[in-house]
Amino acid sequence: MTDLKQLDLDLRAGRLSRRDFLKAAALFGLSAAAPSVLFGKPAYAASEPKKGGHLKIGTGHGSTTDSLDPATYENNCMQSVGKTIHNYLTQVAANGQLGSELAETWEASEGAKKWVFKLRQGVEFHNGQKMTANDVIASFKHHGGADSKSGAKVIVDAFSDLQADGDHTLLITLKEGNADLPYQLSDYHLAVMPANAEGKIDAKSGIGCGYYKLKNFEPGVKTSVEKFANHWNAGTVHLDSAEFITIADVTARVNALTTGEIDAADRMDVKTLHLLARNKNVRVIETSGNAHYSMPMRCDTDPYKSADVRLALKYAVDRNAMLETVLRGHGYVGNDHPIGRANRYLAKDLPQRAYDPEKAKFHLKKAGAEGLKVQLSTSDAAFAGAVDAAVLYKEHAAKAGIEVEIIREPSDGYWSNVWMKKPFCFCYWGGRPTEDWAFSTAYAADAEWNDTVWKNEKFNQLLLAARAELDEAKRATMYAEMQMLLSEDGGTIIPIFNNYIGAVTDKVGTPEVIANDWDLDGQRAVLRWWKTA
Amino acid sequence: MTTHSSSDSQLEPFTEPPPAARPSKFKRALRELWKSPLSAKLGMLIVLSYIFVALFAPWLTPYGESEIVGGPFELWGDKYPLGTDNLGRDMLTRLLYGARNTIGIALITTLLAFLIGGMTGILAAILGGWADQLMSRFVDVLMAIPSLIFSLLLLTIFGTSIPVLIIIIAVLDSTRVFRLARAVSLNVVVMDYVEAARLRGEGLGWITLREVLPNIMPPLVAEFGLRFCFVFLTIAALSFLGLGIQPPTADWGSMVRDNATLISYGDITPLLPAGAIALLTIGVNFIVDWFLHKTSGLKDGQ
Amino acid sequence: MLSIIRLILERLGLGVLVLFAVSLIIFLGVELLPGDLCQALQGQSATESTLAACRKELGLEQSAPTRYFHWLANIAQGDFGKSLANGREISELIGVRLANTFFLALVAAVIAVPLSLILGILAALYRNSWFDRSINVLTLASISFPEFFVAYILILVFSVQLGWFPSLSDVSPDTPLLERLHKVFLPALTLTLVVMAHMMRMTRAAIINLMASPYIEMAQFKGLSRSHIIIHHALPNAWAPIVNVVALNLAYLIVGVVIVEVVFVYPGLGQLIVDSVQKRDIPVVQACSIIFAATYVLLNLTADILSIATNPRLLHPK
Repeated sequence: MTDLKQLDLDLRAGRLSRRDFLKAAALFGLSAAAPSVLFGKPAYAASEPKKGGHLKIGTGHGSTTDSLDPATYENNCMQSVGKTIHNYLTQVAANGQLGSELAETWEASEGAKKWVFKLRQGVEFHNGQKMTANDVIASFKHHGGADSKSGAKVIVDAFSDLQADGDHTLLITLKEGNADLPYQLSDYHLAVMPANAEGKIDAKSGIGCGYYKLKNFEPGVKTSVEKFANHWNAGTVHLDSAEFITIADVTARVNALTTGEIDAADRMDVKTLHLLARNKNVRVIETSGNAHYSMPMRCDTDPYKSADVRLALKYAVDRNAMLETVLRGHGYVGNDHPIGRANRYLAKDLPQRAYDPEKAKFHLKKAGAEGLKVQLSTSDAAFAGAVDAAVLYKEHAAKAGIEVEIIREPSDGYWSNVWMKKPFCFCYWGGRPTEDWAFSTAYAADAEWNDTVWKNEKFNQLLLAARAELDEAKRATMYAEMQMLLSEDGGTIIPIFNNYIGAVTDKVGTPEVIANDWDLDGQRAVLRWWKTA
Repeated sequence: MTTHSSSDSQLEPFTEPPPAARPSKFKRALRELWKSPLSAKLGMLIVLSYIFVALFAPWLTPYGESEIVGGPFELWGDKYPLGTDNLGRDMLTRLLYGARNTIGIALITTLLAFLIGGMTGILAAILGGWADQLMSRFVDVLMAIPSLIFSLLLLTIFGTSIPVLIIIIAVLDSTRVFRLARAVSLNVVVMDYVEAARLRGEGLGWITLREVLPNIMPPLVAEFGLRFCFVFLTIAALSFLGLGIQPPTADWGSMVRDNATLISYGDITPLLPAGAIALLTIGVNFIVDWFLHKTSGLKDGQ
Repeated sequence: MLSIIRLILERLGLGVLVLFAVSLIIFLGVELLPGDLCQALQGQSATESTLAACRKELGLEQSAPTRYFHWLANIAQGDFGKSLANGREISELIGVRLANTFFLALVAAVIAVPLSLILGILAALYRNSWFDRSINVLTLASISFPEFFVAYILILVFSVQLGWFPSLSDVSPDTPLLERLHKVFLPALTLTLVVMAHMMRMTRAAIINLMASPYIEMAQFKGLSRSHIIIHHALPNAWAPIVNVVALNLAYLIVGVVIVEVVFVYPGLGQLIVDSVQKRDIPVVQACSIIFAATYVLLNLTADILSIATNPRLLHPK
């Protein structure tokens, strides 16, 4: 379905006012126009959705140390629970476009520095309280400030002012212009929860205004939810209740699915996917998004200071072989920048880097680093198959005259002790919905997670300019140039993008369009799927 | 594998040659071997062939240890006799190299565990008193900590290199050896001959090695047989938790783990490394059983 | 009798010392682990400022000895404290899981202990027969397969192929007993296969060892049947080593089931302690370790008392 057609449908269905349409078009161009309540009402569904039923989802994530506080959501299980029991100001629809949720419309001025969000009226929290702008402010404040340990701190700390104008208008002033703010507010941390008299939220209560309300929460074991009848948009979801069960072991997950003990599962094992696909009662659900594997090299450490050495190491990876072996083809090759197929401004005409041992040797010679020996830290904590990927890279690089010594680091503590510390290691990124977000998270000179310590002046200038740029075409050109800079000069090898691979039994119905921004239909499977039997 | 044809020789526990005959030691050993029951012979055959494979792996294997030679999970065929693994490495090659690494590691670990545990256990029994109390309580503490959690902690602190892995497993295993060694030594140290040695003024080392050790060998050897095999399992369990041996080194424990998902689809490939461990376990324990039988048989004859 | 009570008290006192030492070692171990709770919690998304805020909130900026003694003081008052990771009361967090762990251990023990004793006695009775040999080979083979692998095979056969038992053992406190038994059958069977070999071999060895004793030979001369001799004469004296091995394996059933829990998604203590180690949630790790250590100490004590009580010579020393 084309964007224009969707907009048209939305307009006719009264889901989008003409004003919204114009505003959206002005801000993001046609492709970002907001289909307001797209999800749950697929125009061309594979089968007619049925109401009712209970969905059991087995997820590979979730830990006994999980907490209901949205600031601490750190895995796919809690993020899915969050999107099920909470509502956000905006949401990314299944087709990748930004839609409204608790904010009906929004408007920017002063170079995307001042924002006005009109909030939906008549929204009720699970505890009966009515949602107002004060709840949104309290919920956002939970993530900002010196005491915040939230993953959304960066977003909220960019606010210079947060005001309510009446009960249903929110005014946000930013320190610097950011055209992507509505996108960022769809972040899974920024759940809207009821504020108490002191203007604070009870973050661990699990009370929100989502489609489902929390029934039972056993961290690391299971979380059950049931339909919230008073939800403002309750008619669009199908299931009566659902539960998320943590099944860390992939074999156990597959077994539970084949025996029908669960209805859906995420993170299927690519190695045996072809065997699973033979099972008549199981349907594999696969989407290509922005998630990717990266191999950051610290540009402040020898030998990675030399751009030629970095290029040599980039040419020394056989991306297709890695895709075939590590992902068995379930993904696509990367081009050493983090922008993927679910992003808006992927530079499609940037030439794809191929495996070329001769070019690698050429660059090594240019850098005077023939007979290069490097140590590559890896662990399956980075991503499933990272150890295998390292073994493959060792073989590939040997042909280019580079000797790679593999260091298997303990899974435990990988993110705190290896990543950002060891000069050359494996890393995993879930991808970000916007280019600006992706770049300013890990590639801007001053980014907290600049794991390559890459500092490119041109890149950083472009980043600031593109952030406040409202002209679609100009933005696209800038982002394309930044992708080129990263690919040519950047400190990271991004060999492959991995698909999100889940599976459902034949008792589960899914819409035709499955979101590609996260696992489990954008972590909204409970809101979008239904039971057929 | 069948074992029931060896009963004839085992039914005669009292037919040891009289010590008066005194042929050369070597000849006696050969005759012992010849007379051993079929199960022991089978065990020796298994162990010897494993040792052979371990020593000559590089010459026996068609490919290199970590060489990627084909697509992942290729089927059994002429080119890859047992198919390929999850990365497209030849399974047979990995199995043979696995013998080398796994047996080597298991053997060193177990020997180290018995050296530490056995010596301290005997010492505790001989010295008695506060030294015994101190050592025993220390071992109690180590044993009271769940060993998998303890290894998880230690391996994360010290890293997962092979020497560290060997030392940690050996130290944790040695606690069990200590208890056994101490328990059986306690029965021996009260014997008259030990008392006599003490009165003769023999040193601690002499008493330990010449008086106590030879007399507590049977239970220690029996324990050795099982402990040796448990090392494989510990490595397999650790690799389940993401620790274990550094790739691309082939070891059976990690190989079972890497290919285990296949079993859910009825593919028997992961059974190969598991079977290799099982066969070796059985082989080693057949020999151990024979040894035990012989030593207890000698006692019967006295 | 008095001597037994004295022994129990003495051992209990030593046990408390052992627990103290265990808590100290575990605390030191977790402290030595690279990274702290806040880094582990926030993983890839940690920044300096969020880490600092987190440490302040949880009191991690205090020195290690201070935190240890603080913890010790609370424990002395029976207060396990709260999980640092999610702020839940540890007693509440552990309660259900501890019950689950004991339940699984109990079911496994009820299957494994009698089975291995009976098989061990039979193997000793029909020593060197085909039965003895095949049991020997089978149990050796079963312990040489890694636990998770045994579990996968059982799931493949009993769950995927035959559909008799579920592959998930996701019990909750309100699961009725029959359903609960049905759900834990496969994990219990896995554990049975893992621990049986050790107990069965020890039973067999202990009995065979006694068969060479003069009083058994005497009984044989009297023309008593082999089975009569084993059950009435050998077994009572073989209890000590058997009970010790059984105690060791029972401890394993409670303490060492992490992997079985992961494969069957069983909400027991093992998974909790592994998760907590990875998150550096020291109070939870401490609480679990203390429970495990206490289990071990108590089972050992029980084994010693039982071996004394079943051995007349030890009960009435001259």
